[in-house]
Amino acid sequence: MQFLRQTLTVTAKDLRSELRTKEAVNASLSFALVILILFSFAFDPTSETTREIAGGLLWLVFAFAGVLILNRSFARELANDCLETLVSSPVPGSALFVGKSLANYALLIAIEVVCLPVFGVFYNVTWWSRPWELAMVLALTTWGLTVVGTLFSALTVNLRLREVMLPMLVYPALIPCLMAAMQLTTTLVAGEPIAGDQWAWVRLLAGFDIIFTSLAVLLIDAVLIG
Amino acid sequence: MRKNILIAGGAIAALLLARNIWVILTQLPDEKFQGAIFRIIFFHVPAAFTCFLCFLASLIAGLAYLKSKKLNYDAFGVSVVEVGLAFGAVNLLTGMIWARIIWGIWWTWDWRLTSMLICWLLYAGYLVLRRAIDEPTERARMSAVMSVLNFSVVPFVFFSIKWFRTQHPQPVLFGEGKMDSGYRAMLYGNWVPILIVAAILIAVRYVQEKQQREIDALRREAHMI
Repeated sequence: MQFLRQTLTVTAKDLRSELRTKEAVNASLSFALVILILFSFAFDPTSETTREIAGGLLWLVFAFAGVLILNRSFARELANDCLETLVSSPVPGSALFVGKSLANYALLIAIEVVCLPVFGVFYNVTWWSRPWELAMVLALTTWGLTVVGTLFSALTVNLRLREVMLPMLVYPALIPCLMAAMQLTTTLVAGEPIAGDQWAWVRLLAGFDIIFTSLAVLLIDAVLIG
Repeated sequence: MRKNILIAGGAIAALLLARNIWVILTQLPDEKFQGAIFRIIFFHVPAAFTCFLCFLASLIAGLAYLKSKKLNYDAFGVSVVEVGLAFGAVNLLTGMIWARIIWGIWWTWDWRLTSMLICWLLYAGYLVLRRAIDEPTERARMSAVMSVLNFSVVPFVFFSIKWFRTQHPQPVLFGEGKMDSGYRAMLYGNWVPILIVAAILIAVRYVQEKQQREIDALRREAHMI
């Protein structure tokens, strides 16, 4: 119970500080919209091929924009020794990690929810045809992104060139998760239900989430404290 | 003493490789559908086995470091990752050569090839991470955590060939479509000298890493004085 309270306190703190300044959210959202526009120059946005790559495109946008938020996650604690203070507080490392992950999750989901209608408008795609399954894919994949991204954010927080290191380290680790999401989203955005053998991708997402959440909670103390 | 062991090992590996290459090129018959280029499998697959073995060793080294905090495990960890990356590159390059001859293309994005490339990139990231951290204890800690995280992606590579229908040839060591026993013997047989070469490279790199740490410590001491 105390763990839950500590976790939610950290989540609330992070969300409150982010919503006061809205630095990361604004940057991330602008970046997402700019990428969406840029992609329209890479290929003809109205043709049939767009349907085929819709899922991939969407998750590329979410992944790139998401890393901006994940980078801020631990980086915002560097000023005024806040990170040392948090680590030496009675809050266990795992509560700190889960709290930050939940905050990042909320921010990422918010960005995705804003980007989906924009994507639908720019690329003429009806993304709402299978809402529950799409919500499930978004929920599972975003958690995978968040958990791995927050852990790597903690890992890279003290490095020089942190903004460059985090994307470089995190994207290869996210590829299985992103690949599953891309496959499923392309199907769902085209209006098809998830077919029989495609449920393997959903299982992969669930497995990825479970494995990496457990690993992250186990390893976070080694990363933060040593 | 140690140097003599390494030299002896190198000599054995050289002899075994020479013998194997002679057998591969002269004794073994051509595979029915693939012709001569088939023989590259005797380097392609053992290199992959060695690469994965090295990555497994890096996982164990990482866990051992996190448990004991002994920097020797970190030195071992970086050595096996570097050698593993080298053999992974051998695997990818020999695969590309084979693919160019058989499929007519240098690369295809099927899951097997893609996974191997992802693993390679992950561990290359491990090396880049190490370069960004100067302090040895912190570097060892972060590297250990990263090697544990990286290894959890590696199983996806092993089981991918079963999960997804791919362009990569179906399994030939287990399951249906097993290779003829003569071929299999040479495949495992060629793994032995490749493992010996890997072990020598790891040993050399390990000593190098320990000496580097000693030099860094002396340098810090000199600066303090």
